[in-house]
Amino acid sequence: MALTPPSERIWWKEPIAKIELTWIAIAFSWGLIMFFMMIYWHGAGEQNLSNEAYRIKPEVFAERAQAMIDEYTVREEEGFPVVHPPPGSDVYLIARLWMWWPILELEKDQSYRLHLSSMDWQHGFSLQPVNINIQVHPGYDLVMTIKPDQAGEFGIICNEYCGLGHHQMVSKMYVVE
Amino acid sequence: MASATDFRTCPNTGLKVDLTAERLIKANAVAAIVFLAIGGLFGILVAFTRWPAVHLLPADWFYLALTAHGLDVLLVWIIFFEIALMYFASAVLLGSRLAAPKFAWAGFALMLVGALITNVVVLQGDSSVMFTSYVPMRAAPSFYLGLILFAVGALIGCFVFFGTLVVAKSEQTYQGSIPLVTFGAMTAAIIAVFTIVSGAIILIPTWLWSYGLIANIDPIVYKLVWWGMGHSSQQINVSAHVAVWYAIAALVFGAKPLSEKVSRMAFLMYILFLQLASAHHMLVEPGLSSEWKIFNTSYAMYLAVVGSMVHGMTVPGSIEAAQRKNGFDKGLFEWLRKAPWGNPAFSGMFLSLVMFGFIGGISGVVMGVEQINLIMHNTLYVPGHFHGTVVAGTTLAFMAMTYVLVPLIFRRELILKSWARAQPYVFGIGVAGNSLFMMGAGTLGVSRRHWDITFADAPLPFDYPGAAFLMMGLNGVSAILALLGGLMFVIVIVGSVLAGRKLAPDEKVSLGEVAGTGQAVAGYGSSESIRIPGTAVLVAIFFIAFVLYYFVNWKYLSEIWPMS
Repeated sequence: MALTPPSERIWWKEPIAKIELTWIAIAFSWGLIMFFMMIYWHGAGEQNLSNEAYRIKPEVFAERAQAMIDEYTVREEEGFPVVHPPPGSDVYLIARLWMWWPILELEKDQSYRLHLSSMDWQHGFSLQPVNINIQVHPGYDLVMTIKPDQAGEFGIICNEYCGLGHHQMVSKMYVVE
Repeated sequence: MASATDFRTCPNTGLKVDLTAERLIKANAVAAIVFLAIGGLFGILVAFTRWPAVHLLPADWFYLALTAHGLDVLLVWIIFFEIALMYFASAVLLGSRLAAPKFAWAGFALMLVGALITNVVVLQGDSSVMFTSYVPMRAAPSFYLGLILFAVGALIGCFVFFGTLVVAKSEQTYQGSIPLVTFGAMTAAIIAVFTIVSGAIILIPTWLWSYGLIANIDPIVYKLVWWGMGHSSQQINVSAHVAVWYAIAALVFGAKPLSEKVSRMAFLMYILFLQLASAHHMLVEPGLSSEWKIFNTSYAMYLAVVGSMVHGMTVPGSIEAAQRKNGFDKGLFEWLRKAPWGNPAFSGMFLSLVMFGFIGGISGVVMGVEQINLIMHNTLYVPGHFHGTVVAGTTLAFMAMTYVLVPLIFRRELILKSWARAQPYVFGIGVAGNSLFMMGAGTLGVSRRHWDITFADAPLPFDYPGAAFLMMGLNGVSAILALLGGLMFVIVIVGSVLAGRKLAPDEKVSLGEVAGTGQAVAGYGSSESIRIPGTAVLVAIFFIAFVLYYFVNWKYLSEIWPMS
């Protein structure tokens, strides 16, 4: 019994039943498949999170974002600048209590280098309904290449709890043809 | 010291039971259930607030209740119960005196004081920082202090457990190797030490930081080390509830492990690899390499997952083998059909086994894939997953074990037996609903830890799909069932402990089909051929579900925007 010492004193020399060995072999092989699947996707898949990141002071990140906003703002919406940066450029999205700044307008099927960082606490970048979810930290500039393949209006929701105004931290992203 | 220890003899097993150990088991189990009740009530407030049609609490109370819910059930209830289990698996199962009972009481007191401090601080309202308390968000200093005291108490409990193993060995209270259940508890205790040390490494500096004595704590380092505690503590649960599965299979059926070697190796995989799980929380963070993420998130090529998959066969397999020996040998599933489904210890244990595997286990592996995490991180899929592991898996297993502890340790007969019979089903179905509907909402993108998914007072609102609202409603309904199941459990157990008929000192307890501790299974096992075709079919169904669900999620991933 599992509640008493093993009935065979030399239990480690008992042979293992075939059905158990078979299952162990299947489970182990499945583990290897799942392990190599992640590596395979880095080569063959199109959805991999970038490993490019830098330490950055919040005010430096804010300056870079402001430079982009000054140059490429096309209109305003509810007090938020809507920025249409050129394809291929570095675009910045600031997370802070409790807003995303600015609103980005991107072009479909064009690549951008998106920078994410927080000015204060941790936030969560959740692009909906695409459902891309990335953690945003203060002091780190996460840089990734994204290529929107659908046009439309998307929501950016904060999905890392960041205090009382957390549920108001919602913004938009536009993708135009 | 040994001479000062009082023992009674268990009429069921003939084991000598150290009365001090028994009192400590009772104290820890009672504290556990009190905090389960408190944490469960906070949980129902959370679920009713997230039900858009009800939207019970205002925002500040919602975040407060969510913080308290996480702390009380994920940490306090489970660790108290695990300490009780450790003392049971060491002192009682080995027939030994408990090492250093005064330290054990001191540990208990520290845990209690720590848990109370943290609860009070959270209720004061300026520490609604969630269970995870990610820096640089700051709680009141005593929030961290309470957690530290609780952890120190738990660490003392682990060392009392190790000490008891040493005492039992040197006083030769048992022959040969320790029982498998004790081995499982030892696995839990070893992981607990790692867990608590991780907690100390991060919580002590954070405590000092909350006073302003340390200027800055890096948020990524905090998360990495904090989850060395946060996730590893869930691995304590896995080891402990797997030990409970084996224990109940033995108590109810007299089941014997198919192979001691295989089951122990599977536990060893937990010790060696489960601590890597901190990476599960770091898959979409800046500053870590993909190599690091892939190795760690897969527990080094999924070796700890292999461990769980092995238990997933050997636990039902040992029950099937025992039942066939006991005469239920017809067809594939007579052993299962004629199992004691009215015995809450068995039904709770078996539901825990099935739901941990199918709901919690599969979703955890899928969510822990480096790339797939992109479509799940911080959505409601995450709480959906861990309600499948920690509630449907661990909590239900611990409830099942409590039905055994009441007669064996508290020496009381259960009251309200019909409630007890129904309880695992009511709670289990409710929790399965919570898990599945939260996972569904998460797949639709709904954020976790969010007060208002209608975004009514946001300047730039967004509309989640209608199906997401349906999922949240169904989650609320499931929470009502889970609440009922939880209340039934607390009423039956507290009522039995306070008012159940006292068992006479020599009165045997019937725990299932096989009276006593099931001497019916004299010997089967690795030395003879094992016939477990029913288990093979169940395992095949599990495996097919696992593979299909895994690749379906790669398909979902391939549909999001290209990114690199």
